[in-house]
Amino acid sequence: MRQWLAPSGGRSLSGRLARWGTLIVVLYGLVALLTPLLVHLGALPDPNAGLENPINASPTWAHWCGTDRLGRDVGVRTLSGSGVALQVVALALVLALVIGVPLGMLSGYLGGPVDRVLVLLMDTLYTLPVLLLSVVLAFLLGRGLPNAAAALCVVYVPQYFRVVRNQSAQVKAELYIEAAQSLGAGPLWILRRYLLRNVITSVPVLLTLNAADAVLILGGLGFLGLGLPESIPEWGSDLQQALTALPTGIWWTALFPGLAMFVLVLGLSFLGEGLESWVSGGEELTR
Amino acid sequence: MSRRRELVRYVGARLALAPIMLWLIASLVFLLLRVAPGDPIDALLGTRAPEAARAALRQQLGLDQPLLVQYGHFLNDLVRGNLGESLTNQTPVAEVIRQSLPASLELGVVALLIAAVLGLAAGFSGIARPEGKLDLAGRLYGIGTYALPPFWAAMVVQLIFAVGLGWFPVGGRFPPTLMPPGGTGFYLLDSLLAGNSQQLLGSLRHLVLPAATLGLLLSGIFDNALRLNLRRALRSDYVEAARSRGIGERQVVLRHALPNALLPVLTITGITVASLIGGALLIEVTFSWPGIAFRLQEAISQRDYNLVQGIVVVVAALVVLVSVTVDVLVALLDPRIRF
Repeated sequence: MRQWLAPSGGRSLSGRLARWGTLIVVLYGLVALLTPLLVHLGALPDPNAGLENPINASPTWAHWCGTDRLGRDVGVRTLSGSGVALQVVALALVLALVIGVPLGMLSGYLGGPVDRVLVLLMDTLYTLPVLLLSVVLAFLLGRGLPNAAAALCVVYVPQYFRVVRNQSAQVKAELYIEAAQSLGAGPLWILRRYLLRNVITSVPVLLTLNAADAVLILGGLGFLGLGLPESIPEWGSDLQQALTALPTGIWWTALFPGLAMFVLVLGLSFLGEGLESWVSGGEELTR
Repeated sequence: MSRRRELVRYVGARLALAPIMLWLIASLVFLLLRVAPGDPIDALLGTRAPEAARAALRQQLGLDQPLLVQYGHFLNDLVRGNLGESLTNQTPVAEVIRQSLPASLELGVVALLIAAVLGLAAGFSGIARPEGKLDLAGRLYGIGTYALPPFWAAMVVQLIFAVGLGWFPVGGRFPPTLMPPGGTGFYLLDSLLAGNSQQLLGSLRHLVLPAATLGLLLSGIFDNALRLNLRRALRSDYVEAARSRGIGERQVVLRHALPNALLPVLTITGITVASLIGGALLIEVTFSWPGIAFRLQEAISQRDYNLVQGIVVVVAALVVLVSVTVDVLVALLDPRIRF
């Protein structure tokens, strides 16, 4: 890991940001893996069980982060939320990649009217406010894990499309592509062999930054009552429930899920910024 | 001369594209709402209503016609500014939007001003030594404000300043004990025009928390834009030339680097408007601010298809208009841009 980050400089700001980001994201990954296991083993209470607990209890030794209006343990629900968020976001981004990258490559490579129509469509989608777009889709698709992922993915398809399309259009004009064509290489071969490898380098940075963004939007959907089914503990919908209790001074149901979300987005953003300056050779930020 | 012709052509093309984009968005929303699972009739009458009542309502709403005919009606109405009626209370959708739009605009404009002031102040860290303490602070400010979940930030602000300290009301737009000022629907403006200090104070007290929260969240965009552009400008040849002529560093920054770094910020403002709407959606809901986003949330929970469709089309139209206006403005202001 150290070596992987070394090009950005061991002591440079971007390197430090990337290291902090990696640490935070790995930590969340561990929590996501371990929480269901510990709940299963009985070391942590079930995030959906609350009948035996006092309701709206402030933090105590038994419930470190207090309980919500149904007596559920806020701490365990917050921990469980990280696994849910990471799953949905990963699914959404994989979907966006699988749709956006080939479409962008094809559009850039083919050019002509197909390209123009696709670009116009994607630009239109890109202009729309991100949250508005996924709110409309989530409203139509209803609650559910794949549905939420689909509503998120639509936001990111245009982004991958744009980046990959512009790069493909650029690479297409290179001499080695012409050489391959004159040697009799078919379009599919060229797309796979030459374009994909050139284009794919720009994806990781975008992916990390989009993951940060997607966590926020998923939270927003949950907060608006549109995200996941109620049986799945999720930060956004927990915060929506906390909102109604807020005026009575119940702060613990609001603080912990939001804090968890904030730190995860912070970690992903650090990682993305660090990666970005590493990919661009640190030219923008260290010169 | 040729630049002028280019400019006219660019502006023309940009303006011609706007209606096409609007048509695409409207069609997309229309199509999505029709092909999606879930019957609006079910949402209105429930699944156990008698078949005759369902058919009657379906006919009344025109949902029994072929999709293409419905689409034709929809476009025809849209061009004339008719967005249909709300399914839940039969008010025209355009009327609902007209009533709630001023509240959103008021919040948005004030938030944008706060964001610009905060963000540009933080963006001045761009003149600092790269990788130094001030640079770190500027970057952390940008990332931090971006990473804050809007609704959570709003809740924390409410907890501290409304519930804890009691300085401001928790939510709403106007004190329930007063009569809201009539007129444009912009309460600040209306109460100023009427010279009613009580009304002005009341609406200000309600506006402070939501506008400050939204402004803080958006300020990171301005911070990043100014910081990066300022740094780029300070590395440029003309700044080097100015320095070598013996011009003081203060003058170099303020007279040479800053004007060039500020222009891209205008473009950023255009982009910000789109995020502003996303953020405003969540802020309005958290603070019960009766704007267009708050109505959208209501329409969603009542499954009011017409109202959702109308609000989305109008908001999208606003975003497209702003982005086109900013593009044209930048093209007019910046002689370096070639098309």
